[in-house]
Amino acid sequence: MQYAILFLPLLGAIFGYSAKHFGDLFSQLITTLFVCLSAILSIIVFYNGIFHENYGNYLVFQWISSGDFIVNWSINIDPLSSIMLVIVSLISALVHIYSIGYMNHDPNKPRFMSYLSLFTFAMMTLVVSDNFLQLFFGWEGVGLSSYLLIGFWYKKDSANKAAIKAFIVNRAGDFGFVIALFLIFLFFGTLNYNEVFQLVPIFAEKEINFLGFDANLITLICLFLFIGAMGKSAQFFLHTWLPDAMEGPTPVSALIHAATMVTAGVFLVVRCSPIFEYSQFALNFVTIIGMITAFFAASVAIVQNDIKRIIAYSTCSQLGYMFFAAGVGAYHVAIFHLFTHAFFKALLFLGSGSVIHSLNDEQDIRNMGGLWKKMPYTWISMIVGTLALTGFPFLSGYYSKDAIIEFAYLSGTNVGYFATMVGIATAFLTAVYSWRLIFKTFHGKFNNKKLSKSDIHDSGLVIILPLTALALGAIFSGFLFKDFLIGHHSMDFWKNSIFLLEEIEHLDVPIWLLYITPIIVTLSIPLAYYLYIKNTKVLEKIKLKNKLLYEFLLNKWYFDEIYELIFVKPIKSIGSFLWKAGDEKTIDRFGPDGISKIVKAISNKAVKLQSGYIFDYAFVMLIGLSLLLTFFIIYK
Amino acid sequence: MNFPILSSITFLPLIGAFFIFLTRSEKNQSDKNSIYLSLFTSFTNFFLVLFLWYSFDPTTYDFQFVEETTWISGFIKFKFGIDGISILFILLTAFITPICIISCINSIKSRLKEFLIAILVLETFMIGVFCSLDLVIFYLFFEAGLIPMFLIIGIWGGARKVYSAFKFFLFTLLGSVLMLVAIIAIYWITGTTDVVDIYEIKIPKEFQYLLWLAFFSSFAVKLPMWPVHTWLPDAHVEAPTAGSVILAAILLKMGGYGFLRFSLGMFPLASEYFVPLIFALSVIAIIYTSLVALMQDDMKKLIAYSSVAHMGFVTMGIFTFNKQGIEGSMIQMLSHGLISAALFLCVGVLYDRTHSRLIKSYGGLVHILPKYSFVFMIFALGTLGLPGTSGFVGEFLVLVGTFKVNFLVAIIGSLGVILSAAYMLWLYKRVIFGKLEKVELKKIKDINLSESGILFVLAALVIFFGFYPDPFLETMRVSVDNLINNYNLEINRSIALK
Repeated sequence: MQYAILFLPLLGAIFGYSAKHFGDLFSQLITTLFVCLSAILSIIVFYNGIFHENYGNYLVFQWISSGDFIVNWSINIDPLSSIMLVIVSLISALVHIYSIGYMNHDPNKPRFMSYLSLFTFAMMTLVVSDNFLQLFFGWEGVGLSSYLLIGFWYKKDSANKAAIKAFIVNRAGDFGFVIALFLIFLFFGTLNYNEVFQLVPIFAEKEINFLGFDANLITLICLFLFIGAMGKSAQFFLHTWLPDAMEGPTPVSALIHAATMVTAGVFLVVRCSPIFEYSQFALNFVTIIGMITAFFAASVAIVQNDIKRIIAYSTCSQLGYMFFAAGVGAYHVAIFHLFTHAFFKALLFLGSGSVIHSLNDEQDIRNMGGLWKKMPYTWISMIVGTLALTGFPFLSGYYSKDAIIEFAYLSGTNVGYFATMVGIATAFLTAVYSWRLIFKTFHGKFNNKKLSKSDIHDSGLVIILPLTALALGAIFSGFLFKDFLIGHHSMDFWKNSIFLLEEIEHLDVPIWLLYITPIIVTLSIPLAYYLYIKNTKVLEKIKLKNKLLYEFLLNKWYFDEIYELIFVKPIKSIGSFLWKAGDEKTIDRFGPDGISKIVKAISNKAVKLQSGYIFDYAFVMLIGLSLLLTFFIIYK
Repeated sequence: MNFPILSSITFLPLIGAFFIFLTRSEKNQSDKNSIYLSLFTSFTNFFLVLFLWYSFDPTTYDFQFVEETTWISGFIKFKFGIDGISILFILLTAFITPICIISCINSIKSRLKEFLIAILVLETFMIGVFCSLDLVIFYLFFEAGLIPMFLIIGIWGGARKVYSAFKFFLFTLLGSVLMLVAIIAIYWITGTTDVVDIYEIKIPKEFQYLLWLAFFSSFAVKLPMWPVHTWLPDAHVEAPTAGSVILAAILLKMGGYGFLRFSLGMFPLASEYFVPLIFALSVIAIIYTSLVALMQDDMKKLIAYSSVAHMGFVTMGIFTFNKQGIEGSMIQMLSHGLISAALFLCVGVLYDRTHSRLIKSYGGLVHILPKYSFVFMIFALGTLGLPGTSGFVGEFLVLVGTFKVNFLVAIIGSLGVILSAAYMLWLYKRVIFGKLEKVELKKIKDINLSESGILFVLAALVIFFGFYPDPFLETMRVSVDNLINNYNLEINRSIALK
């Protein structure tokens, strides 16, 4: 069964692509069916894990064996991987169904479906790995699928550029990741999780000299692992690819760039909790980066106009929340937020996809408005998603986000308190930009010049069905699973898949902290309504007064421009320089070309000696003879 | 074993070439006959080599299937033998040759018969290089390989073929002359040219340095290492597709093989002494040529530069003297043999159709060449070392091995992995993706049966060995162990002497 979960999506991808002569429908059905089966099996495995403790490690076969470097392909089912399997396969199955409807005008349906299935396979390989190298395979595999799917509409130049950008920025993160792997293998002699985790305490105090710096080994490993996680999870500095990744079709954004792939970094940190726990420095670093990302992304989201980019920045921001949860040691809360976030963020994306679909690929919210009557189902599901995202009481986001803020407070450190504050501030920003999106899209005046309002209608059943399922998840997943995943006895579930040096004490948090976020979040609904619908002039004034700040936010803190200036351009000019000045003007000029020039010059001179006139030769002979004579006379 | 199987696989292609030489009839008929003959020869040879691999015993590090006859008494012995390292190169050679022959059915229009003869003769020399256990015999094969390659570039090459052929010749000859002097010196010092005997004789340290440098100059040019790599892009650009394939897949590997078999085995002390030099050159090669590759506008040049970068990983791995490093280098060489061959074939496919190698003359090919785009993607991913392709296994093992020895070198080397993704994906984007706008591209056809046959087999192998490299690792394991043990023994002995 465990094998089936993993390999069904792969088979789906292969059949779906190679059997395209049987028609698009066949590909769509077979990929969807296989992923749905995989989802059902994942739920069974999850269930068996909870109630029968049916965990274990299943070997597939040996991958690489070189000296003491031995790595296997295997399937490791433990609490953490089983819940991740459920998230991945469930969202993937819903997105597969949704895609049948969403992509119905696209000529390349089999390719799309099989990429989705391939992604699912890679993501599952990542999740069920029992060693770092297989994790890396999945890590790069999801990167590849993401590259292929962002660039799915390969006619568009911007899509291709975004795809390459995503891959390369991720590679920059992977660079950190592989260095972490090298360090782990060098000192621990293995890449297997369990073996590494057992050795960590022994090396906890070890200092090594790394490129001239003395550093703690565990801290170094954690930091490099986290650089990898930053790339994949679009954290500050390495986030620039995620908004651009919205060039891909919307189902892709929902599955890969919201619910699953981008959470791989969070998964990695949680999976490596036995390492991270031994480095307070690294944990603080994780918290701070998470905090900055949460705030930064939310601030940018407020002024963006592309519906998908707003949600993308929102994803970035929510990932920041997960990281700072992990950073304060609340790994289970991080996964809980990952779990609820998967539902409501996928819901928001698929809902916005439904809007985009109905408006003939219009993505700018300035060209929308007043759609709610025309698309009631989409409207309701978007509202549900937004409520859940902002943490409106009793929806899923409420339980997970508030728990993060509480745990940050409970960690009792300065970083923790600071994170609490940033968390609350970000929650406010989140509410504002989310409601801005809703109001601008569904309320107010209809602003689209290309379409008439009567043409717009809600999407079909294949689109509504997944939306409904996700909406149910967004409403109930928090309430149903909170005790089980983050409650007092949650460790009964997590067992040893999450490691804590010291238990976080379940103290009571101050009462104001419990109420402040829900209150802020609720109050910001009328605020957003006032600003974006009732009295838009206020906003215009603010915009004019703070032009610089507005431009700064609109241009996403100028990250792309700065990177272009300090990386892309210099690298290109260095490349040209080395080619022209290095290879051609130096090596070749003084190497082969130089030698052949000298040889040519000498032979040109030598040719002149052979004039063909007897007297010339006689003259040379005479000189030779006299030289010889002189020689003999002198040295006689 | 009594049957001289090594001589058979070495000289069978030569015999085939001789028969092709004998065919006489009208041009069409003789072309056809020579193709059949060469295919028959090369496939027979491939199956013989498969049989050899099957009967090879991977549990011993002794040389197997040894053949020995005196050639010039007291001086040169004709000695053949293989171990777990050389057999893999023989396998690669015997596998790539028939692929080359199939590929030139479409692309070579003039003097097909002579071209096939050149390829088969080249196969003989290449296999000879990997079988030889006598320095003189090795040298003969090693240098003889230059001649057919020189002709392939010089006769069937492109516009600047003469310049490229001479550049190629000049560079390689420079190295070889020094190697010849070194071989004579070795005979003078040890009284033998038998490699196995020389392993036993301890050459004095001072001599080792000089001899190592002489061999190094030859292998470094062949591999090629920075800064003697500039012949490679030119040679590739002008060579016909099949020539590029053999050059990239096998001829370059002779350098790596030479380092393993001769530099490491015969001059361990010098090898240790020169590690910093090798590491520096390798790292420069990886970063420098990757950056240069990024800016190329000619597809073949781009792939050629990426080859130099990949060979940088090979030298880096070999001179770590540990298992992961050396086995990684071996895998990297074999995998590069498959991937670079495939990439040059891919460029060849386009060149046959449009006669352009410039990146800017393409764009949007995915609309008309879906199959081609699919396999090209796999090879591009192999080049950038995506896990699940053979390229990853090699690069990762090399870097793991290097990291054990030197942090800095390994870290800079890992940066090359980002760059390779950049130049490969950018190439792919410019050639395959985008809108199909150029009129002259609109009528070209997707890969035909023979082309897709070759490319899909190569793609399947790249993926297979990415997931399951064990067949290779298993074969070389004991031999590599032995190599490292001998090296360590020597190093320890010299330390003890001090």
